[in-house]
Amino acid sequence: MELVAEREKVAEGETVMKIKKPVIKPKPQVVYEFDISNINVFYGEAQILKDINMKIEPRSITALIGPSGCGKSTFLRMLNRMNDTIDGFSFNGTVLHKGSNIYDKKTQVEDLRKKVGMVFQKPNPFPKSIYENVIYGLRLNGVRNKSVLDEAVEKALKQAALWNEVKDDLKKSALALSGGQQQRLCIARTIAVEPEVILMDEPASALDPISTAKIEELVFDLQQKYTFIVVTHNMHQASRISQKTAFFHMGDLIEYGDTETIFTKPSQKLTENYITGRFG
Amino acid sequence: MVRGVLFLAGMSVIVVLGGIFAMLFYYGMHAFSDISLSEFFLSTSWNPSAYGEPTYGILSMVVSTLFVSVGAMVIAIPIGVGAAAYISEIAKPAVRETLKPVIEILASIPSVVVGFFGIVFLGPLIADTFGLSSGLNAINGSFLLAFMSLPTIISVSEDAIHSVPEEYKAASMALGATKWYTLVKVILPAASSGIIASIMLGFGRAIGETMTVLMATGNALRMPGNLFDSVRTMTANIAIELGEVPFNTTHYYSLFAVGLMLFLMTMLVNLAAERITQHIGRHKL
Ligand SMILES: Nc1ncnc2c1ncn2[C@@H]1O[C@H](COP(=O)(O)OP(=O)(O)OP(=O)(O)O)[C@@H](O)[C@H]1O
Ligand SMILES: [Mg+2]
Repeated sequence: MELVAEREKVAEGETVMKIKKPVIKPKPQVVYEFDISNINVFYGEAQILKDINMKIEPRSITALIGPSGCGKSTFLRMLNRMNDTIDGFSFNGTVLHKGSNIYDKKTQVEDLRKKVGMVFQKPNPFPKSIYENVIYGLRLNGVRNKSVLDEAVEKALKQAALWNEVKDDLKKSALALSGGQQQRLCIARTIAVEPEVILMDEPASALDPISTAKIEELVFDLQQKYTFIVVTHNMHQASRISQKTAFFHMGDLIEYGDTETIFTKPSQKLTENYITGRFG
Repeated sequence: MVRGVLFLAGMSVIVVLGGIFAMLFYYGMHAFSDISLSEFFLSTSWNPSAYGEPTYGILSMVVSTLFVSVGAMVIAIPIGVGAAAYISEIAKPAVRETLKPVIEILASIPSVVVGFFGIVFLGPLIADTFGLSSGLNAINGSFLLAFMSLPTIISVSEDAIHSVPEEYKAASMALGATKWYTLVKVILPAASSGIIASIMLGFGRAIGETMTVLMATGNALRMPGNLFDSVRTMTANIAIELGEVPFNTTHYYSLFAVGLMLFLMTMLVNLAAERITQHIGRHKL
């Protein structure tokens, strides 16, 4: 009896489908680097991010732009859960990283951060040698073998375009480096553990134009390996290096799409005003 | 005018310090017209009032002082640094705000009260626990001195740990380190110069402390074999004998020489602290 009923249903479905002539499109099997849906973030009573939805593809560069205080840093820190320890932080919505919910109770926040690295606005190398800085994450992950560490240091420093400047004195204190070199060291430290994502919060804002150019260049060169999400106040930087741009304004995600589109024909007046420098 | 006054105030400290040193040195040196340097430093027998054949060896007192104060540090360093790390990094603000003043109050307990506690409570406890006839011994003094140097170690270490920039912690956490790993690998090393300074200050205090050890360590004048022996420290010896010694005798001068020795020891500790902190400051680990 039941079997018959099932068949009838299927048959009914088929007839319906035939009538509508649907285009049968297999769902694309993209696993997003981040799939962010219906995010609301609060610090105490104040709502900082409002119902944000965003999908970020792997091995891409996404620029986050918007006026000061609009929530870019908050958004970025949400992706590696560095907001967790801020007093009064609360959150709802889902953030999937490679399909798994990073705010799930079962998620180990340490494991997440090993996959989602971060470079800060102000260069913050440890008060240790250059070498010690680069291997910090590897040591943390249990790597002890000297030759493995040596190789990793060279590789990371090369990728961060710092190797030639420091290779003769890796024992030197990281604090003796220039600001631009320190920031590249911080990038090397993040790269050394081979994360999947690198979050950058205005990584060049404290640096001179040449250091800035070096960092832009290395991000551009490394996009085959990592997913970059970069906060920037520099419109040229955003348009030069990123494929996708997200424009935030007072906690809302106003516009998100291909960088070229956003910078040539934005669909929102607010976006246009911002990128043409009429406010912000 | 103001500058002049402040300059004088600053200078007066140096003058007082120099004066104390000069006095100790002047009287102390008198002792060595009758006592040979080798006897003074190497003999373990101190018996200035022995009829006919007085002895003036400070070695057992120096060893006693080191026993008690080093023992105190072995107890106080892990507790002090641990407490400082807890207060600075782990405790909730409310807990921190209660603990800090409580620790300040600990520092203001008079040493005679601490010694009293050593006699009536800690001594019997040690005697019972280890089956000794008396609990007035080196380990008793070590516990009391540890207790007395804890406020210094905790508050100076806590300042050092607290002043480690947030950015270092953020960098470590962002690499996936736990709070504990960050504390051990980043925060404590970055604060190490301040922590070492705090330990040296505590150690200096322990070496120089008099009343507590005088009351709690038994004051036996001989070379201690272990921490359960009764000991007489350099400070206690000066306190005991200086009141009764006839002026301007060799015995009288020899006590100044002991004082001079004590002064040099604490100065050495402070200089070592200075050197270590500078060294770490330069190399930043
Ligand atoms: N720790 C905090 N506690 C409370 N409020 C905060 C905290 N950090 C940021 N805020 C508030 O959250 C809002 C968003 O801050 P956020 O730092 O994310 O902005 P932003 O877009 O990165 O700005 P900027 O371009 O200046 O870096 C601001 O209004 C700010 O005042
Ligand atoms: Mg910001």
